[in-house]
Amino acid sequence: MAVPQRLIHSLTALPPFQSLLDEHAADVMAVLRGAVGRTDAEDCFQETFLAALRAYPKLGDDGNLRGWLLTIAHRKAIDHHRANGRRPLPIAEPEDLAGATAEPELDEGIWALVGALPPKQRAAVALRYACDLPHAEIAAALGCSPAAARRSLHEGIKRLRRELG
Amino acid sequence: MKAELQRLADRAAVEGLLDVAYARVDSPFGPLLLASTPLGLVKVSLPNYEAEETLEELAARISPRVLEAPARFDDARRQLDLYFEGRLHEFDLPLDWQLSKGFRRRALRAIDRIPYGKTRSYTQIARSAGNERAVRAAGTACGANPIPIVVPCHRVLRSGGALGGYGGGLPMKEALLEMEGVLGADPRERSQT
Repeated sequence: MAVPQRLIHSLTALPPFQSLLDEHAADVMAVLRGAVGRTDAEDCFQETFLAALRAYPKLGDDGNLRGWLLTIAHRKAIDHHRANGRRPLPIAEPEDLAGATAEPELDEGIWALVGALPPKQRAAVALRYACDLPHAEIAAALGCSPAAARRSLHEGIKRLRRELG
Repeated sequence: MKAELQRLADRAAVEGLLDVAYARVDSPFGPLLLASTPLGLVKVSLPNYEAEETLEELAARISPRVLEAPARFDDARRQLDLYFEGRLHEFDLPLDWQLSKGFRRRALRAIDRIPYGKTRSYTQIARSAGNERAVRAAGTACGANPIPIVVPCHRVLRSGGALGGYGGGLPMKEALLEMEGVLGADPRERSQT
């Protein structure tokens, strides 16, 4: 019996882009909030997913779409900091600006400190604690070795501990 | 997150990155899934089909840049609502025929011209599509209609007046024809006329 065309499609084709949003949009937003702060995260979120949409049809391997998205988010956050010349993040932001979101509120105080970390440490901490990524995936997202990812994470945590006193 | 996703779909459309937009729309028969390309409505998926499968098929056959964008279907939703209330007899929506080729597309274009409340036989459709003997193929074209309801394949019956088939199930075909005033409520009544 011939294999149905539909089955072949689902085995070989990329999934509808919407499924990436359904599964990973909240994590990407959480990482970006950690990396650039709540106000600017929205713009970086748009830039991240537009870049992902642009590249998506040519993506050869759909093995780790989550890592791929987080890599793009990380780059957009770095672009953002470059464009703004590494200024420290605003610590207090009016909560009501974001509207009554149903999303779990992050601990804004700690995230503000995370936002002030150097880029690699900041990204590693955000990927680990906002997204719950294992070291290997953090390494993939940052484009470095797992050992280097572990080091960035460790340095970041050490620094946060110091600053929290 | 809803506002961000809406904004993303809008920006994607502006930048030419929204290849397939889709939305779920309520109907008296259950939820429909509508999908469109920049050219027009490309797919209507009836309630008895899995939305996930339909989306995967669209991703594979048209483009994986598939995004949910309900605001882009306000007009289609309004026209469908009116149609189901019996207050709209002709859809005015741009259509994208790309999911049908050759004879099937010609058959579906012939079906698209059947007026509200009228019916044609599979044989008549085969003739309009350029091959009177391809009655079975005309039936297949109906069954494979990617844009049912809007392209009214429910208006195609067997030559004797029997209902034939319908992708959404025969009760739905019957209900649509009844609503359009073609059939009486009772099938026995129909067979007598």
